[in-house]
Amino acid sequence: MLVFFTRRAVAAVVLLVAITALAFTLVYSSNNNIARNILGELATQEQIDALSAELGLDRPLVVQYLDWLVSAVQGDLGVSFVTGTPVVDSLAIRLPVTLSLVTVSLVVAALIAIVLGIVAAVRRGWVDRGVQIFSVAAESLPNFWVGLALVSTFAIGLAWFPATGYVPIDQSVTGWVSTITLPVIALALSCIASTAQQIRSAVIDVLKKDYVRTLRARGLPEGAILARNVLRNAAPPAVTVVSLQFIGMLSGAVLIERVFALPGLGSLAVNAAIQSDIPVVMGVLVVAAVIVVVVNLAVDLAVTWINPKARIQ
Amino acid sequence: MSDLLPGGEPAAGPPAARRGVVHRFLRNPLAVTAAAVVTAVVLVAVFADVVAPGSPVVSRLDMVNAAPGGEYLLGGDGAGRDVLSRLVHAGRLTLLGAFLTVVVAMSIGVVTGLVAAYFAGWFDTVAGWAANLVIVLPGTIVLVSLFAVIGPNILVSMAVLGIMFSPNFFRLVRNQVIAVKNELYVDAARVSGLGDARIIARHILYVVRAPIIILSATIAAAAIVVQAGLEFIGLGDPATPTWGGMLQDAFANLYTGRHLFLPPGLAIGITVACFILLANGVRDALEGDESGARRRPPRARTAAPAVPDDRATEHVPDDALLTVSGLVVGYRTRSDEVTEVVHGVDLRVERGRIVGLVGESGSGKTQTALSVLGLLPEGGEIRSGHVALDGEDLARLSPRQMRNVLGRRIGYIPQEPMSNLDPSFRIGWQLVQPMRRARGLSDSAARAEAESLLRRVGITDPPRVMSSYPHQISGGMAQRVLIAGAISCNPALLIADEPTTALDVTVQAEILDLIRDLQRERGLGVLLVTHNFGVVADVCDRVAVMRSGRIVEERATRDIFADPHHPYTITLLGSTIEGAPLRAPLDEEVAP
Repeated sequence: MLVFFTRRAVAAVVLLVAITALAFTLVYSSNNNIARNILGELATQEQIDALSAELGLDRPLVVQYLDWLVSAVQGDLGVSFVTGTPVVDSLAIRLPVTLSLVTVSLVVAALIAIVLGIVAAVRRGWVDRGVQIFSVAAESLPNFWVGLALVSTFAIGLAWFPATGYVPIDQSVTGWVSTITLPVIALALSCIASTAQQIRSAVIDVLKKDYVRTLRARGLPEGAILARNVLRNAAPPAVTVVSLQFIGMLSGAVLIERVFALPGLGSLAVNAAIQSDIPVVMGVLVVAAVIVVVVNLAVDLAVTWINPKARIQ
Repeated sequence: MSDLLPGGEPAAGPPAARRGVVHRFLRNPLAVTAAAVVTAVVLVAVFADVVAPGSPVVSRLDMVNAAPGGEYLLGGDGAGRDVLSRLVHAGRLTLLGAFLTVVVAMSIGVVTGLVAAYFAGWFDTVAGWAANLVIVLPGTIVLVSLFAVIGPNILVSMAVLGIMFSPNFFRLVRNQVIAVKNELYVDAARVSGLGDARIIARHILYVVRAPIIILSATIAAAAIVVQAGLEFIGLGDPATPTWGGMLQDAFANLYTGRHLFLPPGLAIGITVACFILLANGVRDALEGDESGARRRPPRARTAAPAVPDDRATEHVPDDALLTVSGLVVGYRTRSDEVTEVVHGVDLRVERGRIVGLVGESGSGKTQTALSVLGLLPEGGEIRSGHVALDGEDLARLSPRQMRNVLGRRIGYIPQEPMSNLDPSFRIGWQLVQPMRRARGLSDSAARAEAESLLRRVGITDPPRVMSSYPHQISGGMAQRVLIAGAISCNPALLIADEPTTALDVTVQAEILDLIRDLQRERGLGVLLVTHNFGVVADVCDRVAVMRSGRIVEERATRDIFADPHHPYTITLLGSTIEGAPLRAPLDEEVAP
C-alpha cells in the first residue's frame, strides 16, 4: 500500500509538472501579444520590446519556465502585471470562496444523487422515469442560466436572498448561508442529474451480478443485500463519478461566481484573462491543476482501498 | 462457449439486434422528435436571414428593454435590438462552434484511437498518457486562461475545446477496437488477405459508428453549454449575436429587462436537451429489447399469480419433495409481448434422490431451476403452473415468505464459482451471514459451524480460507465454499445449476463426488441441471431430458442409457459418447 501510494504520488507530481509546462507554453508562447495587450493598440514596437524585456518575456521559453517553476516550488507565483500584488496573495483570498462553494455543492449534490440513484435503480417504475426526465432537464439548462433564474425569482422577485456578494463563514454563519444557498443550488443541480444517472447504472450493474442472486438464494433480506453488498460493490464507480463532478464544478464555479458576484478564483481568472494578466492566469491554472491532481490521487487511493483485490497486493 | 451463458434467454443475439437499430430508433417518438427539433434548429440557423423578422443588429433607442408583444415579438434588448431576430441569428455561431468542437474532437480522437488500438506499442502508451493529461483539466478554466492568448475569437476557443474533448473519442474508439480486434471475423478477414486499412474501414469502423454518434451528440450538447458560458462571462465575440451573448445582455439588464433571459435560455435548453435525447435514443435502439424488459419491476413472482391447475393435485406421492407441474415461464419484451421459454414442465424430485435435468443450452433447464428458487432474471415470470415444496406452492408465497424458504429449505449451488462470491467481502463473512440470519446463530457459533462445513467439503485450512477474499482462492475451492454455503442452513432440497461446467475436469469429478456424498449423508433431494450426460451417468437416479422448453423424456438413469426412446435423447447420448469421457452408470448400491 505504501509502495502504491508513493508511486501514485510521484506520478501526480510528474503530471503536475507536465500540466504547468503545457500551460506555461500556451500562455507565454505569444510574448509579443502579452506586452501589446497590456500597452494597448497604440503602443509602438519599441515600447512593446521595452516592456517585454522588463517583464523578462524576451528570454527563451524554457528559461522562463524553469525560473517560474523554481519560484513556484518556493511558493512564489510572481506578481500581477496589472496591480503589482503577489499572485499568491490574491489566490489565498480567492481560493476559500471557490472551495467552499464547490465543496458544499458537491456534498449536497452527492448526497441527493446517491439517494436518487439507488431509489431509481431499485424501485424502477415512475421514480426511475422521473429521475431520468429530471436528469435530461437539469443537464440541458446551463448552470449560469439556472443561477440567473434563481436570482431573478428568489433574490429580485421575492427578495429572500441577497442577489450578489459573499460573507465569509467566520464573519457570519447566517450571512454565509444566505449568500451561498442560491449559488450552491445552481451549481449542484446538473451535478445531481448526471451523478444520479451514473449511480443508478452502477447499482443496476451490481444488482445483475451472479453473487447477488446467490445471496438472495441464501435467504438474506433484500435490504441487507442492498445496504451491504450492492452499495459496497457500487462504491468504486460512484466515487470516481463524484470526483469527476468535483472537477466539473471547478469549471462551473467560474460562471456561477460571475452571476452571484462571488469573489472567487473564477472571477479572478476572468478579469486576469481580459487584462492579459498572465502571472495571475498562470496562478489560477496552477491552483486548478493542483486541486485536480490531489483529488484524483485521493480518489485513486479511496478506490484502491475499497477494492480488496488491489488493497491486498 | 454458449453453454456458459445462464439459461436460454429470449433476447435476440447481437446480429439480429443490430439490424433493427434504425427501425427501433424510428419507433421511439421521443428520439424522433428530438432529431426533428435538432434539424429544425439547424435549418432556422442556416436560413436565419429569411426566417428572422428583422435585423439582429439594428438598434432603436425607443425599443431599449421594450416589453415583449409589441413591434418586437419577444421585446427589445438592452441596446434596443430585436430579441427574436437575434435569437434566430444567434443559432448560427452557436451551432457552428459546437460543430467545430465535435469535428476537432472526433478527428483527433478517432484517428489516434484507431492507431493506438490497432498498432499498439509506444504510440498507444504516449497517446494514453496524453489523453489522461488532457481529460483531467477543467475545461472552462483552461479556456478562460487561454483567452489571454486567443482573444475574443470564439471559434478558436471551440476548436481548443474540441482538443480537450478528444480523449473521450480516443478512449471510446481505442477500447472498442481492442474489443473487436481479436474477434474471429476480424481474424478471418486478416487470414483472407485483407489489408489493415480495409479491415479498419470495413469491420472496425462499422462497429464503432453508433457509439461515435452517441458521443458526438453528447459532446455537441456540452459544447453549446460551454460556449454559452464563455460568451456569458464576456469572452465571446461581441460583434456577432450568440445565445450566450444574449444572456450576458440579459444579466446586465437583470433589473429592467427580466424578459431577456428566458428566450436564449430556452433556446439553449431545448437544443441541448434534444441532442441528449438524440444520444439516448440511439443508445436505447442499440440496446434493443433488453432495456424494455428492464423497466418492469422485478417482483414478477407476485405480479403473476399462478393460474389454478387441476393437474397439480392429481397425484402427489408422499415421498415427493419438489413437484413442478405445468410450469410456464415467460419474458416480457419491450413491446409488452411475452416470449415463453418454458412451456408447461412437469418434474418431481423425491427425498434422497438426485434428478438430472439435461438439455442443450437454451432448452430452458436453467429457467426451470431458477423458477423453483423464485430468482428468475428481470423480466422473467412464472406465467402459470405450480412449484410445490412439501406440498406448499412456492409460486404463491410473498417475497418475505419466500426468503424463509430460500437457504433453509432450498439450497442453491450456482454454475460459475468465481462470479457467485461477492468480491468485496471475506469468504467467512459470506458463509456466516446467512447462518446468523436463518438459524439465529451467534457470530462465534456461526463461525465454528462455517469452519466445520468447510472442513466437510474438503477444505484443509478453513480459518485461512475464511479470512480470504474470493480472488485469493481457486475456482474449485470457490465451488466447495459455495456448496458449503448451500447446505449451511440445512435445506432438504438442493438446486445445482451446472455445478461442474466451469471447473477443470479433475476438479469436476471431485465436486460431483462431494455432492453425491452430501446427498447421501443428509438424505437430500437434488435437482441437478447439466448439459453433460457424463455427469448424469455419474450421480443421477433419474433423468429428465429437456428440449425447447419441454421435457421430452423422463426415466431412470440406467433405463435411459440402456434404451433411450426419444430421438433427441439418442442424439444427445450419441454426442456425449463421442465428445467427452463417460463414466459408467451407478451401481445398485447408490439407490436407497
